[in-house]
Amino acid sequence: MSPDCEWSTQGLAQLGTLATVSGPLWRLLTLADYNTRVVILGTALLGCAAGVVGSFTLLRKRALVGDAISHAMLPGLGLAYLLALSLGIEERSWSWLLLGATASSLVGTATILGLRRWLRVSEDAAFGIVLSTFFGAGVALLGVIQSLPSGHAAGLEGLLYGQAASLTWSDMGLIAGAAVAALVVSMLLFKELTLLCFDQQYLSTQGYSLSGLDGILMALVVMIAITGMQAVGLILVIALLIVPAAAARFWTQQIQRQVIISAGLGAAGCFGGSVISALVPGLPAGAVIILVCAGLFLLSAAFGYRQGLLWRMWRRWEWQSALARQHLLRGIYERLESDTRGDFSRSGAEASVAVDELLSLRSWNRRTVERVIERSQQAGLVTRIAGRVWLSKTGWLAARRLVHQHRLWELYLITHADVALQQVDRLADDIEHVLEPAVIEELEEILQRREALVADCPHRSPESV
Amino acid sequence: MATIVWNWGFDGWMIIHAILCAVSCSLVGNFLVLRGTSLLGDAISHSILPGLAIAFWLTGSRSGPEMFLAALAAAVVTVFLIEGLRNATRMDQGAAMGVVFTALFALGIVLIVQVADHVDLDPNCVLYGSLELTPLDRWDIGGWLIPKAAVTLGVTLLLNGLFVGLFYKELQLTTFDSAFADSVGFSPRLVHYLLMILVAFTAVASFESVGSVLVIAMLVVPASAALLVTDRLGAMIGWSAGLATLAAGLGHVSAVIVPTWWGFGSTLTSGMMAVAAGGLLLLCGLFGPRRGLLVRWWRQKLFADQVAADDVLAYLFRLGEQSRQDPATLAQIGDVLSLSSRSLHRAVKCLCRTGELDGDESGYRLSEAGRRRAQDLVRSHRLWELYLVEQAQIAPSRIHDKAEAWEHVTDQTLRARLDQATSDSKLDPHGSAIPPEASDREPDAR
Repeated sequence: MSPDCEWSTQGLAQLGTLATVSGPLWRLLTLADYNTRVVILGTALLGCAAGVVGSFTLLRKRALVGDAISHAMLPGLGLAYLLALSLGIEERSWSWLLLGATASSLVGTATILGLRRWLRVSEDAAFGIVLSTFFGAGVALLGVIQSLPSGHAAGLEGLLYGQAASLTWSDMGLIAGAAVAALVVSMLLFKELTLLCFDQQYLSTQGYSLSGLDGILMALVVMIAITGMQAVGLILVIALLIVPAAAARFWTQQIQRQVIISAGLGAAGCFGGSVISALVPGLPAGAVIILVCAGLFLLSAAFGYRQGLLWRMWRRWEWQSALARQHLLRGIYERLESDTRGDFSRSGAEASVAVDELLSLRSWNRRTVERVIERSQQAGLVTRIAGRVWLSKTGWLAARRLVHQHRLWELYLITHADVALQQVDRLADDIEHVLEPAVIEELEEILQRREALVADCPHRSPESV
Repeated sequence: MATIVWNWGFDGWMIIHAILCAVSCSLVGNFLVLRGTSLLGDAISHSILPGLAIAFWLTGSRSGPEMFLAALAAAVVTVFLIEGLRNATRMDQGAAMGVVFTALFALGIVLIVQVADHVDLDPNCVLYGSLELTPLDRWDIGGWLIPKAAVTLGVTLLLNGLFVGLFYKELQLTTFDSAFADSVGFSPRLVHYLLMILVAFTAVASFESVGSVLVIAMLVVPASAALLVTDRLGAMIGWSAGLATLAAGLGHVSAVIVPTWWGFGSTLTSGMMAVAAGGLLLLCGLFGPRRGLLVRWWRQKLFADQVAADDVLAYLFRLGEQSRQDPATLAQIGDVLSLSSRSLHRAVKCLCRTGELDGDESGYRLSEAGRRRAQDLVRSHRLWELYLVEQAQIAPSRIHDKAEAWEHVTDQTLRARLDQATSDSKLDPHGSAIPPEASDREPDAR
């Protein structure tokens, strides 16, 4: 009874068999056949527009608005059918039903905005309320239609499932037209929509109406949902509005790039899905398109440059090894300092530290220490001969800088932040790795002003010096 | 004209089943709404499809407990995928949900086409029961013929009630202050997963007997409506259960009656229950005692009346400062104050009734009580002006409107604070004298 199940658009499947008969993959990919060209380019355009609109709804934290809106079409379909029946219009005419669907999803949109504004219902609850009550009304209407002696509810369900919606050229024209319109509107309002997502207060001080812009954005969603329903089905069109936009977030954090990448991913997903379903007869086009999009999402989640998991793991690993290296350098320096009482002019074995000694400095195990020494040796910072470690020239400079930073920060904490002496080492340890040169200069200045600049470690009691 | 068909043995059971389902959904629904995951029911109703396809592929049958278990497994997988995606990528909750359920739904469709080869295997035929059929499928329990749905839904309700009852404190803490809950030793993540799995179980168990519409609606709508009525969690749970019960009953009655108005037969009950729940939500939104639209409108009206009365008093006081308190006619007052004549009439009538205004049509003057209230108002106004200029460094030309707005909500304590915060000046920035505090209880704070 529920319309949540839709199958392939038969048109695409037919085109699929046509393509496999008339030529190889090459003909398909070069879009040599006029039919294939129309269908594939049309869905790709739809994916592109959905990617753009979806980016804004995602950033507005309303990713699921498409879910609510597409469910809200159902009572419109039912009412249009019943009206047509009583008015004597051909009740299965696509455009008449689409009109009903558009009207009721617009009413649903207005209800969402009204619930938000007047009853201050939270975002997701407003979606849930509209989705379930409209969907319920739709189911009730379909129940009425089904109980009619003359009711061809099966026909209506066919439309809902997309079976009867074999995509013709004029359907494709409608889809392409809506996609282009959505693209143009979102490009014209790019600045305003961006502000809507990120800085609503500024937007309203500039005299824009927030609910007006929200209304426009949601009208764009309605447009995509209505036309997308023909191409991929009622539920799967939600995916077109969410998946490419969410995937693009892994690649960039900049809005222009986000929109472009999301549009590209949407178009690529639709293109790939249509091509696959045209090549393999019997595969439902809508579902394949969404699966291709989901595949692109997984790829982006793994390899995306900004937020992708691999990149994040790599950055984390790099950071941790830098931390360990810095700990090693500082450890060697401080060890040497206390061994030689600050006299760094010695050479030979006296200028080196045993690995065992380093091991006792921090809570790290032998394997870690060995690995860090190994890597630092490769980087030319230390030299290791027979269980003892020497600092190289560059390593010594780097170590001195680190120790300087560490002690500066400790002093700052003691003199300015009133942190107890016992705690400063840990705190300084946390922060020394992220101090930037400018901050260090500032710290030096502050401490100099207070005449507190000491190159020594604050932990050293007077008798030990 | 279609006739109304009603049979207690049949419709009664349907209502009972719907109530059992609605209440158990609304119990957990409260926490979904409060946690911002209202659409989980909808997501699960779509994402169980691949589970069904795989179960069909393995068993070759379209019914039986395997289908239920497969759907439950798919629902739990959905929950874990959503949470995993959210934790791994720091995605928005809604986006994570959308990605997961649409992808699983698409996978389900492709799988079904492959394994079932165009056999009609959609959830509607396989798993989604219909409320209309529930009274027919009965079990013999101790000589009583009890519908199967009553048993399964009763068990579900019991489970949900136990969960909410036993873990009330944990749920409350993790919902409202998860950082604190974590610090005192309740794992917010564990509670969250338990809740989500229970929602998945409730949803799938109810899908099987009453279909998806009712579940999706009852997870969201009663809880949202209850939130419009109360701000307390315990009361919210009670209200949501009550509203869910009411929606189920009303829904069924209207499913039987409403279509007959246009000459149709009765329609599907579950859809009408969702609509009834929506209607109840609107009623709560209109008549809710604290945030209802009517109450808010009424409060605004009362405040507007108070402001109008304040303005009349303050005007007469200023008039008295200038020219030894002449009586002023309504027309005179109306000329100066930008009030509609209706609200002016009402304000004056109200002030005469409280004894703050003396006189009649020919002219009104302040009574002693009125003079005191007006004096405090003017004092508030001028203290604010002084404060805005001295402390907030706002140009004297721009302070009047703010002081005009705030004078109505400034009480004696605030005036004393303002007086302390400003200089000893006896004049406001426009050169008018700041009158002393009129109330007897406390003279000047300084």
